[in-house]
Amino acid sequence: MPYNVRIPAPLRKFTAGVETVSCQAPDLGGMLAELSLRYPELKERLCEPDGRPRRFFNVYVNEEDIRFLGGAQYRFRDADEVLILPSIAGGR
Amino acid sequence: MSFALGLRCRDCGETYPLAPQAGCETCFAPLEVVYDLEALGRALHPARIASRPADMWRYRELLPIEPEAASPRPRPTGLKIGWTPLQPAPRLARSLGVRELYIKNDAVNFPTLSFKDRVVAVALDCAVRFGFNVVACSSTGNLANAVAAQAAALGLESFIFTPADLETAKILATRIYGARLIQIDGNYDQVNRLCGEIAQKLPWGIVNVNLRPFYAEGSKTVAYEIAEQLGWRFPDALVCPMAGGSLLTKIGRGFDELRALGWASGDSRICGAQAAGCSPISTAVKNGSREIVPQKPRTIARSLAIGDPADGFYAAETIRRTGGWAEDATDEEIVAGIRVLAETEGIFAETAGGVTVAGARKLLASGRIDPNGSLVLVISGNGLKTLDAVADQFDQQVVLPPRLADFEAYLSSRQPAAPALETVLA
Repeated sequence: MPYNVRIPAPLRKFTAGVETVSCQAPDLGGMLAELSLRYPELKERLCEPDGRPRRFFNVYVNEEDIRFLGGAQYRFRDADEVLILPSIAGGR
Repeated sequence: MSFALGLRCRDCGETYPLAPQAGCETCFAPLEVVYDLEALGRALHPARIASRPADMWRYRELLPIEPEAASPRPRPTGLKIGWTPLQPAPRLARSLGVRELYIKNDAVNFPTLSFKDRVVAVALDCAVRFGFNVVACSSTGNLANAVAAQAAALGLESFIFTPADLETAKILATRIYGARLIQIDGNYDQVNRLCGEIAQKLPWGIVNVNLRPFYAEGSKTVAYEIAEQLGWRFPDALVCPMAGGSLLTKIGRGFDELRALGWASGDSRICGAQAAGCSPISTAVKNGSREIVPQKPRTIARSLAIGDPADGFYAAETIRRTGGWAEDATDEEIVAGIRVLAETEGIFAETAGGVTVAGARKLLASGRIDPNGSLVLVISGNGLKTLDAVADQFDQQVVLPPRLADFEAYLSSRQPAAPALETVLA
């Protein structure tokens, strides 16, 4: 069940410039863990010290805010297009 | 000179230089400008401000701008941005049931008749200094008008992104300035997401993305003006409309700065108003929740139709820490609010103003605002931009022949006017 996750520009310095990462984890928590495992420096950017996702970024699935799709309960599907974006988005 | 020292993350405290940047690189939280208030307090006094021209630049030391001489383009003169009236509103006060009421009337702010002229003035001043030739924004309309007009006045190219269902007046009042208007088949939150992606690709100054920390500072001038116009004191309470939550947050911050400078003292309960069809912030306040749950907007108050408010968390915090509260208004209550403000005080506000009036009525009725205190309502935009919201409020206009007898017949047959608003609102 692979799907692509797009990494926002300000975080690409922690992914060696990689813009799109293929993930397998079934849900949001799993996806953040999978990204953190592959790119350890992403972890503190994406998660609070207690592991919860940080407040100030949004995750979109096929252009819909994941919070409208069930949030942490949403199960990713094959070929979903996932986008991580700071809630006040953008690079420099 | 400016007393701005740099940018600081509102969440984790990380600091950054005064340069275009949307949010904190560590935790994504919004950034805010930090000032050397001690030095500022030694260099500037209210008496000196009082001697300055009646526009928002009278508070320039409290904004992240450089002296004009340092700017590559001259600041446009004659736009008359800010220093809008703080109008006593005794008839509306009687209708709402409050002792002392004022309208902070940004419906007559220039050049484009909303408070957004203030934030754009700061954002574009910074855009010029940072070397941007193209500026852009995502907008529900008022910001679009303000960016388009002031970009034209500075000779900058502008791209304006809006939802497709914008009011006609706001579309034309953007395009007339030669701005490139890009209408998106989606709501504001979708437009904003697109702009976030664009900001990562193009070297543009996007006023509510990478210029946001600077843009947001312009809203503080609403707070400074209210305090100065009241004789350097704060109202006991204030009601402000909330879309992204930035205006309310910055009014709170503006009052804090005046307290820190010792120019005004005391408390002010800062209250927020939203449309019932788009109420993520007021819902969080009422539920005592620190989490802002996004909504799909359904309201005639399109300028407030932001379902995922960028500063919602901080607006709710400001309300909580100042002892304020939040309310929301249905479409019918919004229209009734617009009408009662126009009929009692001669101020024609856009839908957001109807939200504010209706919200204030509820906050007074529930005792969240003291009816024996002083209250300021922030009216952020002009009713001529949202005429369609009130188009169905009136009977077909009668046309008379140009004869006295017909006019006399009309007078004697005339039905009582529209039902008293008090009845509608009850």
